[in-house]
Amino acid sequence: MYHKTLPYRVFSVFNSILLAVISILCLLPLYHLLMVSVSDTSAANAGLVTLWPIGFTFEAYAQTFGNTNFLASLWVSVQRTVIGTVLALAVNSIAAYALSKDNRVFRGRNVYLWYFVITMLFSAGLVPAYVLILKLGLLNSLLALILPGLVAVYNIILMLNFFRNVPKELEEAAFIDGAGHFRTFVSIYLPVSLPSLATIALFTMVGHWNAYFDGLIYMKGAENLPLASFMQTLIVQGSTTGFDPAVIATMSQRTLRASQIFISALPILLVYPFLQRFFVKGIVIGAVKE
Amino acid sequence: MDPHMNPALKLKAGRRAARKPGYRIPWTLHLMVLPAVLSVFIFSYLPMGGIIMAFQDYKAGLGFTGSPFVGLKHFRYMFENDYFLKITWNTLLFACSKIVLNLIIPFTFALLLNEVRHMGFKRSIQTLVYLPHFLSWVTLGGILIDLLAQTGIVNQLLTSLLGIKPIFFLGDGFWFRMTIIFSDVWKEFGFNTIIFLAALSSINPALYEAAEVDGAGRFKQTLYITIPSLIPILIVVATLALGNVLNANFDQVFNLYSPMIYQQGDIIDTFVYREGLLSGQFSFATAVSLFKSMISLVLIMISYRLAYKFAGYRIF
Repeated sequence: MYHKTLPYRVFSVFNSILLAVISILCLLPLYHLLMVSVSDTSAANAGLVTLWPIGFTFEAYAQTFGNTNFLASLWVSVQRTVIGTVLALAVNSIAAYALSKDNRVFRGRNVYLWYFVITMLFSAGLVPAYVLILKLGLLNSLLALILPGLVAVYNIILMLNFFRNVPKELEEAAFIDGAGHFRTFVSIYLPVSLPSLATIALFTMVGHWNAYFDGLIYMKGAENLPLASFMQTLIVQGSTTGFDPAVIATMSQRTLRASQIFISALPILLVYPFLQRFFVKGIVIGAVKE
Repeated sequence: MDPHMNPALKLKAGRRAARKPGYRIPWTLHLMVLPAVLSVFIFSYLPMGGIIMAFQDYKAGLGFTGSPFVGLKHFRYMFENDYFLKITWNTLLFACSKIVLNLIIPFTFALLLNEVRHMGFKRSIQTLVYLPHFLSWVTLGGILIDLLAQTGIVNQLLTSLLGIKPIFFLGDGFWFRMTIIFSDVWKEFGFNTIIFLAALSSINPALYEAAEVDGAGRFKQTLYITIPSLIPILIVVATLALGNVLNANFDQVFNLYSPMIYQQGDIIDTFVYREGLLSGQFSFATAVSLFKSMISLVLIMISYRLAYKFAGYRIF
């Protein structure tokens, strides 16, 4: 077998080393930042911190959490994520169920499908979307963060394909027993597709939690911003609102910034191990057609 | 039970006559699609009406009906505007470079990763390389701003190891472009290997065994079996990416750019954002984004057509 030949063995070793180095490179920036964030301010400023904290302290985190707008933003994000995800799951899954039915059972199904797909191909753009929210009077309201992205056509198509693969016998058995479409959906299709729903729920939650741009343009006032938008103003724009002036003066910007960045990454890092199991399947199902 | 499916049922004329033949409108199903249909109508189709702003001199006080109609004035202005041509060039440059690199690098990485025998090691590598994809550009923007600063760690390494002056990564035109392109590749290459790994695992092992018998070493096997088998998926990924070529990542540029770099770093979307929402040039910004959407639509349709032709790829 080719595995045993010396050239291949040598290649194998170099390959493994190369892959390992590349993988570490993916983690390194975040790790370095973590180290900076728990280091002493002067050491961080001097650029002495590399892979190990110098002067271990949680001061920077205390200051970031102490920002008066932080908790308010956190609450906005929690609301938007929970309500947004639950609503999206409900609306998208029942639509996907209906659309998974054949055209003989559900005439007009293809029309509906095209109706949705067209929105994936063409969108009106940023300005008309903004004007719409303005005219609906939703500026500065939680609904502006939840409603526009409610229907994710890609998710509907994923679920649609999944529902299609549910054995017809289950559906027919339910009909024989007198169940209508909605009952069938709730009692049969939902339980069967729990893993797929869980994946979509997870992705939707991550999407909501990380979404910062809609918060930036639709919400006024720092206390109304969702967490990701608030973080954006701190990290990228370097805003200092909500911080105790005394703090800003004495604290090294670098450790403060580092703690903010790490906090913004924290939710996704926590959720990541659970995501990992599911998403590979989801991507492959969506892309590699049977 | 669909009466059209079993012809035998038609013979039982008596029982069939009692039932109403033909199609029954499934009200429940229509009801189930309704919330999604309404939501999409309000938030995706209604704004399309707002496109009229591109052909007007829209003033908020006058509204859609009151604002003067100016036809193609904004479009003419767009094409005569040097800056607009510049940002289009930037957009295309970023997008095409990313497409090419986002194909070659994940492809090679997938091939290399496929050679790893130890499952645990392979899993760990995958876990690590998928991670950057899930980080938001706000986070990564912050990280890059810190790492690539004049006094940041990257410049420290460069000056101490290579003895060169600190590079102003995010301020110098050339280096900003490099940063944009390569940081995007760094972020996405792991995730993009998923498709290739999936395709790799679907290659028939019998092919490799046959090649083995014929005396081909691993490298020859890769050249003559693996790569040709992956060409279809490569084409699909490439053509789909082409449909997106005007969408050089807004999030990334928005979080990394600054006024001094607008000439070389600005893309269409960031320009629309500034002109439209910050400067209040609703009409002009709408015209620009309409132009972009139309071109994108044509590109996407072409690319889906090609993907279907080459590899039978369909969405539904």
